[in-house]
Amino acid sequence: MTLRELQARAQEKWQSLTGGEEPIIWVGLATCGLAAGAGEAVKAARAQLEEDGIAARIVPVGCAGACCFEPLMDLEKPGGPRICYGQVTEEKAREIVRSFFVGGDPRPDLALGTVGEVEVRGIPRLRDLPMLAGQVRLVTRNFGMINPEDIDHYLADGGYEALERALTEMTPEQIIEEVERSGLRGRGGGGFATARKWRSCREAEGEPKYVICNGDEGDPGAFMDRSIMEANPHAVIEGMVIGAYAIGAHQGYVYVRNEYPLAVQRLASALEQARDHGLLGENILGSGFSFDIQINRGGGAFVCGESTALMASLEGRSGEPRAKYVHTVEVGLHGKPTNLNNVETWANVPLIIARGGKWFASIGTEGSKGTKVFSLVGKVRNTGLVEVPMGMTLREIVFDIGGGIPEDKEFKAVQTGGPSGGCIPAQFLETPVDFDQLWELGSMMGSGGLIVMDEDTCMVNVARYFVEFLVKESCGKCVPCREGLAQMRAILSRICEGEGREGDVELLLELCDVLDEAALCGLGNTASNPVRSTIRYFRGEYEEHVRERHCPAHECRGLFRYEIAAEPCTGCGACRRACPEGAISGERGEAHAIDQTTCVQCGLCFEACRFDSIVKV
Amino acid sequence: MTTEIDRRDYRGAAERVAERYGRDRGFLIPILQDVQKEFGYVPREAMEALAELLEIPVSQCYSVATFYTSLALTPRGKHLITLCLGTVCYLKGGKQIAEVVERELGVEAGGTTEDGVFTYQPVNCLGACALAPVMVVDDVYYDKVKLSQVSEILAKYEHGEKAG
Repeated sequence: MTLRELQARAQEKWQSLTGGEEPIIWVGLATCGLAAGAGEAVKAARAQLEEDGIAARIVPVGCAGACCFEPLMDLEKPGGPRICYGQVTEEKAREIVRSFFVGGDPRPDLALGTVGEVEVRGIPRLRDLPMLAGQVRLVTRNFGMINPEDIDHYLADGGYEALERALTEMTPEQIIEEVERSGLRGRGGGGFATARKWRSCREAEGEPKYVICNGDEGDPGAFMDRSIMEANPHAVIEGMVIGAYAIGAHQGYVYVRNEYPLAVQRLASALEQARDHGLLGENILGSGFSFDIQINRGGGAFVCGESTALMASLEGRSGEPRAKYVHTVEVGLHGKPTNLNNVETWANVPLIIARGGKWFASIGTEGSKGTKVFSLVGKVRNTGLVEVPMGMTLREIVFDIGGGIPEDKEFKAVQTGGPSGGCIPAQFLETPVDFDQLWELGSMMGSGGLIVMDEDTCMVNVARYFVEFLVKESCGKCVPCREGLAQMRAILSRICEGEGREGDVELLLELCDVLDEAALCGLGNTASNPVRSTIRYFRGEYEEHVRERHCPAHECRGLFRYEIAAEPCTGCGACRRACPEGAISGERGEAHAIDQTTCVQCGLCFEACRFDSIVKV
Repeated sequence: MTTEIDRRDYRGAAERVAERYGRDRGFLIPILQDVQKEFGYVPREAMEALAELLEIPVSQCYSVATFYTSLALTPRGKHLITLCLGTVCYLKGGKQIAEVVERELGVEAGGTTEDGVFTYQPVNCLGACALAPVMVVDDVYYDKVKLSQVSEILAKYEHGEKAG
């Protein structure tokens, strides 16, 4: 079948779904949604439909990116508007199904917004919500709109048109030129020019050639790639086929983290459907070009996000990196030329081929083109996936889209780039976010995690957290990383425990230099960033820990105390009951007190108190 | 109990799994993961069989099985507690939750309780940061976990065990 025929069939199917006589319930069934209880909400909705004798279709969709509103459920009546509801509990699911489908009341009080252009009285358009208004959704354009397990939804949305164009109208060199024109840089962190990588691999000697999709999204706090694989796996596949054709590869691999079982499942079903439709495998779309993709699950090792370690893992070995004086585009997997790109990079490729490199290059900044998908998380109101043009300022992302810091706390820093990145303080909130600017501030883009930190976050502890993370994940092959990180952890731990010494900060900086200079791979080379950036911007906090044995953010155990303020304490006893050590005493109705000698600072009393009577000093 | 395990067909399982992947040694990690799914861990006998089937040294199986955190060389408990200690979970109290879990169960990271009910495995990031802190027992996600909820959650499984 030609693509036109496939698309015609897909559109017909889409029409009969959306233009049919049956109401539809669209429900976000990605990892976030499921974890938030989408499964239970669907069951409740189904039960309510049955009770009311309504036949409706339930269509699973991927993550819409508005994680803070999960579980999300959209209701649509034939010919009517599609209305989105957030934080759908079982009770709320029954309520909206009944009100909307039986009573005809869209319940503006419970609705989040309408999908698309339609306006309904009392309900805003979703796209006008502050969280979405500032976004430019390209890679994530159909997230939450299509069923990722049905290739026809992707086809009906214009999917695989770019592939057809690439295979029938363009030569491999023209494709690479188009990508070059777009200015696309690798979304995995390094920001290397994609077209240059492709060309090097195409021109490298040796057969066969391989292409790899790096879905080993290891940065804690980053889940863009998971969402892309879960919500729109075909965009990744289409990008890979186009890239393989340009490079001259016939075998591809997607390497997915073991922690992402749903992404594996969705990709596997997408690959199978693509094969059945003649979009993958032998003689793709009758062009004579053959290419297939296999999925490999990772084993739970952060270092495997590094390209040479990933390739070792694909060969069935431990994920130890090697020195890269010979590039993997020349000598990669099984010693053959190999081109590796990140999930989001691949997902951008069909867009560039479909709409042109020039169009892509019109978005973004001088050196960083297009959009970037970030996972905006931490101490921020609207957490979720946001896609913005390169060059948007941190303030716009954190405050306009993210809605600022909850509980009116003070913004302290934003952490980007995972364990390879750094913390950027408030004075740089106006910085436009792109590859080069973040690098200049001592951080990096990384894969796109933006973790917001507030006044309660101790920056020394943040540095310790990342170093500890890296100690566990260092493969142990090179000495600077294996030994240097362990020493850094020892120093940071003693500072956090109130045992810091004068000169410790200088010692840390010295170790940072060693790692920068001498570590074998990217993991060790960038491991100093969390330490260096926190020292650079928050040196005062380090000094307060060392000199005054006090943690200004009240996070480091032993360097602050829990106390009960006599004034608001009602003597309800909640804290006394919560304390596992019996350290709290007091008569019912009278102010309680904490015995500091037995308190282990577990925080249970702080959590239990409903009157804000327990304070950290 | 050992006799029961000894009677299991390690070689047969290794063969089945290896065939599933066309005896391609590039799939050693997923192969070991599938073996683990059958036995709850990667038994030595299965590794030896795999080495033969894939024509690789046993040491390579062992090296891979010890390198990747998702693979275990000792039997796991009946319920697997996965606690996310990604940055966001950590910032939002994941570390304190870890302490409570460790105290309640009397195990360290990666350990299994003496009665074989729980294995406790902290992980780097589950990618569900908006719901932090996140704890997963078997396949059930618990989001925005509070310190006070931990014992409640654990009790569900302990009691299920007793009743079952």
